[in-house]
Amino acid sequence: MLRPTPFHERTTALCESWKFKDWAGKVAICTYDGHSEREYFAVRHSAGLMDASPLYKYDVYGPDAAKLLSRFATRDVTNGFGVGRVTYCTWCDERGNVLDDGTISHLAEGHWRVTSSEPWLRWLLRHGRRLDVRVEETTEQLGCLALQGPHARDILKQCVDFDVDKMRFFRVRKTKLDGVDVWLSRTGYTGDLGFEVWVDAAHALPVWDAIMAAGRIHGITPMGLDALDVCRIEAGYILQGVDYFSAKNCIIEARKSTPHEIGLGHAVDLDREIRFVGQDAVEAELKGAHKWALVGLDVSWPEIEALYEEYSLPPHLAPVACRDAVPVFEEDGRTQVGQATSHTWSPLLKRQLSLASVQPRFAKPGTKLKIEHTVEYERRTVTATVVERPFFDPERKRSTPGRA
Amino acid sequence: MATTYDAVIIGGGHNGLVCAAYLAKAGRKVLVLERRHVLGGAAVTEELYPGFKYTVCSYVVSLLRPYIIRDLDLVKHGLQITPLECSYTPEPEGPGLCRWPDPHRTREEIQRYSRKDADIYPEFGRAMGRLARFAKEIIDNPAPEPTSWRPSDLMQLLGLGRRFRDLGDDLGAIQFKLSTMSAVDFLDEWFESDFLKSPMSVSGIIGTFLGVRSPGTAYVLLHHYMGEIDGASRAWGFAKGGNGEVSMSIARAAQAFGAEIRTEAPVHKVLVKGGRATGVVLENGDEISARAVISSCDPRLTFLRFVGEDHLPDDFVTGIKRFKFRGSSGKVNLSLDRFPDFKDRPGIGMHVMGDIAICPSLDYLERAYDEAKYGDFSSRPFMNVVFPSLLDPEMAPPGKHVASIFVQYAPYDIKEGPEHWPERREAFGDAVIDTLSEYCPTLKDSILHRQVLTPWDIEQEFGLSEGNIFQGELSLEQLLFQRPTAGWARYTTPVRNLWMCGSGAHPGGGVMGAPGAIAAKTMLAQGAV
Repeated sequence: MLRPTPFHERTTALCESWKFKDWAGKVAICTYDGHSEREYFAVRHSAGLMDASPLYKYDVYGPDAAKLLSRFATRDVTNGFGVGRVTYCTWCDERGNVLDDGTISHLAEGHWRVTSSEPWLRWLLRHGRRLDVRVEETTEQLGCLALQGPHARDILKQCVDFDVDKMRFFRVRKTKLDGVDVWLSRTGYTGDLGFEVWVDAAHALPVWDAIMAAGRIHGITPMGLDALDVCRIEAGYILQGVDYFSAKNCIIEARKSTPHEIGLGHAVDLDREIRFVGQDAVEAELKGAHKWALVGLDVSWPEIEALYEEYSLPPHLAPVACRDAVPVFEEDGRTQVGQATSHTWSPLLKRQLSLASVQPRFAKPGTKLKIEHTVEYERRTVTATVVERPFFDPERKRSTPGRA
Repeated sequence: MATTYDAVIIGGGHNGLVCAAYLAKAGRKVLVLERRHVLGGAAVTEELYPGFKYTVCSYVVSLLRPYIIRDLDLVKHGLQITPLECSYTPEPEGPGLCRWPDPHRTREEIQRYSRKDADIYPEFGRAMGRLARFAKEIIDNPAPEPTSWRPSDLMQLLGLGRRFRDLGDDLGAIQFKLSTMSAVDFLDEWFESDFLKSPMSVSGIIGTFLGVRSPGTAYVLLHHYMGEIDGASRAWGFAKGGNGEVSMSIARAAQAFGAEIRTEAPVHKVLVKGGRATGVVLENGDEISARAVISSCDPRLTFLRFVGEDHLPDDFVTGIKRFKFRGSSGKVNLSLDRFPDFKDRPGIGMHVMGDIAICPSLDYLERAYDEAKYGDFSSRPFMNVVFPSLLDPEMAPPGKHVASIFVQYAPYDIKEGPEHWPERREAFGDAVIDTLSEYCPTLKDSILHRQVLTPWDIEQEFGLSEGNIFQGELSLEQLLFQRPTAGWARYTTPVRNLWMCGSGAHPGGGVMGAPGAIAAKTMLAQGAV
């Protein structure tokens, strides 16, 4: 059984496709009118509005909140991580295997927020036992809207009470949106200019209405998860449960990953006072070799065309992003060296993209590999070149026009 | 001594820039010379009324080759193309027809006019899609050369032959019909509804001085279905920032590869010594020497103005003089205070976020042509309307709009003579506004500014002979190995080291970049630069 989100009344009324899915037990919309490409282009050209309420959310209060979160996560937030900052990070079990990834926001003195893809209340409570903190799950209590795209800022300008031009990437602040108290963060999962609005469920609908009204002249478009998936792959963002698996859900060791193996080494602070859970194991791993490296693959479109041509067929790709993992081989096409886990045709770049885990010696940009591609029930391979992530990285994602 | 370039390119239109980018990417020292103060040629965005940006001439992107976007990394340099949502054909009275990306919705729309046509419509699309693959092979490669015995040319012809055979008897027959029939005759074989056939037929006449019932117009219908096979589900797109941004993204890519670009640098002559091009002379008298001179201008301008008949063989000169331009279209750009509602489907919706065709019947289109045949612009013309501000809100201030209206027929040779176009310009503009007002009654009250471009203006301002938007008609006899003239379809010219890379060369016009790219690749393969 699926539960509604705080925006359910609005989102379902607009959904003509009847394509829904389960996101953490909530009703989520795949695409509003059956053509996610339109929603995708809204994010890249104007703005898309997505209900991201199913994310798990935990509010952490108390003088020791930073200590708890630094114990919990691979980022050290005890040092200089002031009010108003947000960080993207990961957290591990004692053996240094990744449990999940998400954001930590420093909302106010003694008030923090964690977002995640899986529930972690027990884990947070467990590591906060001897600390002066209070952890409260706010998953149900808070609605979240992701407003993403080049016009997101202009839309917000019309409905919030501060100068959005000055708001920097990965910052959060409290504001009134059309009179309603909300938390506004400059974050998102699309790799574009974007914001997320966190609002008490009781006041969710007026916030949706205000943003939609302000966005009308900017071509705002409600967007679903199908479009998001294309955007996040272009942005090179991994997804728990697809590109890697939470250690707590893995039956076998081989399925587990360390932060460095999924490309999140940059989110690991080792030089710190409070050691994070699993730090010993992560440090030990750094002395040896990683088993995997996460890479972006640019799959040769001319080869895909030529492959289909062998069967006298036009190239055919799924109209949405695909999460069926396929093997990746060495250039000779014989030895398997990894697997590609997310794939999409990028309508903007006109490229076929994949996210893949490969043995580290094949992770250097420029390395040519082969990826499996099935045509007419036959398994074939085409060349895939390792490229830098993100595949698409517009300047507007980070830029702050109002900063002197 | 002045710097010597590997290549100097005349004209900073999108093809000249594509050619420059490919050559620069291959390490060549390249200079692009543009006469105007802005780059882009006919793919240009200009703010002619404060806050309102016009995609002045060309306004959509249909066939910009995806490999060019990849090879030149154009997205990194700012290119963003969004697909058009819908093809809308309004009626002065009546519901009008929308063709959507959603096949079920399209079916319901067509059913209002003919249930039979609604059934056959997707089948037609599939057949055309398969044929388009054949056409794609042609536009992504140098023109096939049927008279050549060179092994590589024969291989190419054999390859095309194999593909043609693979089409099977049914499609092979369709392909032959496409090459010979009129757009209307061809569509008559499939459909019964006049109102459906009208918007489908017009892609056969765009940029030609032919009517929808003129033989040979069926072929260009194919181009409409080409986008499908480029991995996009919809064929037509709008570039964020207008078509000027297509040009600018290519220019930025070219510069990143090391190409040099100069604007306000009009070329006076190509320097020819002993049958070889050695450089160019600018209008200010500066001489620039180069190993190769590449012209992205049309064949008439290139050979009869920049080179001069003296340097060219007589038969070639004759061929170039016979090459037909016959510009037949104009353009009207509007700044609008508010969105002008369409009578039958008011408001802003997905139906207006695409191209809107004003062509209520086949007779309407044919009558529009009739007037043009005898030297008048059509009093009720065919129009293709796009509201760029709905596709990219940055094209106009918030809540305001711009309209881009392609208008056919506006014959270059009006009966008073082309040089009298300026006196008729406003009357032509009025005819366009009057026609559109029959569908959008509030249009006139919302106009803040209008720009009217006649074929004469297009020639004077953008250097397109007789105002032909494709640098020469895209009619079958002027395509492939005949573009611009038999024997010279592979970018070479009778003057050694002088090359062509514009729409006047194979595979022709439209913002596709193919002539620029294939010319560059050909030159590099032959060691010409």
